[in-house]
Amino acid sequence: MIAPLSYYLILSAVLFSIGVVGVLVRRNPLVMFMSIELMLNAANLTFVAFSRYFNTIQGQIVVFFILTIAAAEVVVGLAIIVSIFRSKATIDVDQVASLKG
Amino acid sequence: MIDTLFFALVAAVAVVAAVAMVVARRAVHSALFLVVILFCVALLYLTLSAEFLAAVQIIVYAGAVMVLFLFVITLLNPAAEQQLADVRSHGIVAAVLAGVLLIEVAAVLRWGTLAGQPASFPPPAVPWSDNVQAIGEGLFTTGFLLPFELTSVLLIVAIVGATVLAKRRL
Repeated sequence: MIAPLSYYLILSAVLFSIGVVGVLVRRNPLVMFMSIELMLNAANLTFVAFSRYFNTIQGQIVVFFILTIAAAEVVVGLAIIVSIFRSKATIDVDQVASLKG
Repeated sequence: MIDTLFFALVAAVAVVAAVAMVVARRAVHSALFLVVILFCVALLYLTLSAEFLAAVQIIVYAGAVMVLFLFVITLLNPAAEQQLADVRSHGIVAAVLAGVLLIEVAAVLRWGTLAGQPASFPPPAVPWSDNVQAIGEGLFTTGFLLPFELTSVLLIVAIVGATVLAKRRL
């Protein structure tokens, strides 16, 4: 039959942690965004695994909504990155520190 | 047994691709590794008999979202990418924090409320081919109708916001 539930949960925890490292370590905002997408996917995998485990469809519906929100988030975030690059000529997250106190 | 082997193969590919995505020096390589991860997650959705989400994952994520990423990568200055490639100074702290997070999640899985539950999946309640129908019924009849409609408002707002942000003059 299917691999045990815990395998899926462990895999998603590992993927989520790798995504956390990517967001914290990289200074390219595009790669940071991709790491956020990785974390969202790890959470989605957990949702689908539990949806299958408890034999309910709600988990998959929630993943459907997360997909939509992730798409909207990527669109707005990439537009912000493009406009930052236009005004500052750099997208280094350590250089874009105008609001730093 | 064969399912566990398949899972192990897909999971190994996904983890290797995730590490490669984080350490890749060029953003294009990171994007291509992310495509590999997204396909692996879609395969895992298939093993969990969520084939509608697997298809949507490939169409929306590996298709639309990644094309958007690649467009923005080509829009930005490739020459400026070199100094963006090196990691920030607090990389070790970040790795330690992520390791702590992983241990926390593992501890919750090991000793949490799930610990007493059986590990294997129960037999499916709906047949494999009825997944789309089940999602449609769940979406439109079990109280998800208002969120579904609000999603369309959210997408309109995202389109308008992206246009306003990215256009120089309206």
